[in-house]
Amino acid sequence: MYHEIRLSGFGGQGIGLAGYLLGKALSLYENLEAVMTQAYGPEARGGASSANVVVSENPIDYPFVQHPDILVAMSQEAYTKFRPLAGPEALVLTDADLVTPFDDDLVQAIPATRLAEGLGRRIVANVIMLGFFTQATGVVSREAMEKALTDTLRPKLVPLNLKAFATGYAYQPDIASAP
Amino acid sequence: MSGREVLTGRHFMNGDDACAEGAIAAGCRFFGGYPITPSTEVAERFSRRMPEIGGVYMQMEDELGSIAAVLGASAAGARAMTATSGPGLSLMMENLGLGVMLELPCVIIDIQRGSPSTGLPTMAGQSDLMQARWGSHGDYAIVAYAPSSPQEIFDLTIHAFNVADRYRVPVLILSDEVIGHMVERVVIPESQAIPRWERKRPPYPPEHYGQEGFKAFEPDASDLVPPIAHAGDGYRVHFTGLTHDPRGYPDMSAETHHELVTRLMEKIRRNAEDLILLETEYLDDADVVVISFGCTARSARRAVRDARAEGIRAGLLRLISIWPFPEQRIRDLAHEVKTFVVAEMNLGQIRLEVERCVGHPVRGVHHAGGAMIHPEPILEALRASAAQTAGRQK
Repeated sequence: MYHEIRLSGFGGQGIGLAGYLLGKALSLYENLEAVMTQAYGPEARGGASSANVVVSENPIDYPFVQHPDILVAMSQEAYTKFRPLAGPEALVLTDADLVTPFDDDLVQAIPATRLAEGLGRRIVANVIMLGFFTQATGVVSREAMEKALTDTLRPKLVPLNLKAFATGYAYQPDIASAP
Repeated sequence: MSGREVLTGRHFMNGDDACAEGAIAAGCRFFGGYPITPSTEVAERFSRRMPEIGGVYMQMEDELGSIAAVLGASAAGARAMTATSGPGLSLMMENLGLGVMLELPCVIIDIQRGSPSTGLPTMAGQSDLMQARWGSHGDYAIVAYAPSSPQEIFDLTIHAFNVADRYRVPVLILSDEVIGHMVERVVIPESQAIPRWERKRPPYPPEHYGQEGFKAFEPDASDLVPPIAHAGDGYRVHFTGLTHDPRGYPDMSAETHHELVTRLMEKIRRNAEDLILLETEYLDDADVVVISFGCTARSARRAVRDARAEGIRAGLLRLISIWPFPEQRIRDLAHEVKTFVVAEMNLGQIRLEVERCVGHPVRGVHHAGGAMIHPEPILEALRASAAQTAGRQK
């Protein structure tokens, strides 16, 4: 088992936190090896933001994501920038309202930001996406992700985030509506 | 004071944070620093944690002041450290020499970035190795380690404090941006499982030494390390960067100077076997050995395993310690292995050391910095070396 996962969006969507939570769930609660890296330079200021997770059953030598086989894109800019770097067979998850995929690209879309607004807090769109990711990819278990959320976030934020996670986990994408 | 001193448990943590936690677990209670990318997270972590546990976080006006404050705290008995990157390390060089001369234990972590000068602030480098060894003026010896993971930063930071205290010497941790910023599992043990080597203190109380006073720079013959008296202990101690006699008083004579500087070098050289840390893989039957360290050693490990899968008898020698250099180990290895590859994110600093030890040119995989070396060019070098070796045997 080996995956290169890239979570991407724009600054402020909590992409870095999402990558940390995913990496922590895999590394501490799934008995797997995981490494999380982020861009730190000027390229990380404004524009497309990304967090990268490599996960494997074995110790990870080279820690960077080069050709993600799982790509999450929560903004059009991130999708346009990172989709070509992922393989054609890569699993691509998008925010349905914020990303219009390339014509021939089959993506799994969830209106994460709209659903987050429905919960009253747009900032939990990242955790809704993590719920959707968990259900759609099978890379990480729901239990491990929920434990990562519970162990990482301040206690008063945990109930809302568990609800956001459950919302994303339960969401069934309407494949037929893909263009 | 409300925080836990040792965060026993499993964490998902970057290398910079792991350094601060390793230091705190080791009993470091003074951090003096001037934040600089990519080491800033070390200072940030200390600034949050030190007030929780009764330690001191002091943000200094620059790197000259940072290391000066660290040396002062050490003289007062504290385990003390600073964190920086290349440009800051340059500014610390003068007082690094003072630390060597005063034999004040301290730890300096250098999260290396692309250099020289301002270079690549946010991107990795491994090119401060020679500066760490020779950057301050004069003959001197320090100890330096090069971790390859956040876990190893945690472990080596603890070890660095122990070595610094045991040998009364500044210890550098030459890490890099890749290891400093990557987030990986870090397991922090129970506090009683954290190894602690204490400083050697004066064997008798101050009054025992009478009119003549305690000789603060008189070494024990066994290890060449003098016991250390802390400020406030009641011993009369004189510290000076001038050449000094066993009492610590200035002594401007060629004999005293030669004796002192020779001892400062010799106490590290003589104890090199205790200071050197290496990791080896597949060396038993290796035809070609990759020597690497820090983040690059991760790619070297992958390249060696991939080469093995191709039938190339490759081995890995990972330098966990950089200084003192494992001269004898590499000389011994060179009796059995003729072909070496050195992989490092600089243009040949450790390759020159290896060539000095093996006595002939070796193949280098070098990059000036900015991007971690991928396993592929190291594997290419292994293939080329294997082809060369096969050619020689025909």
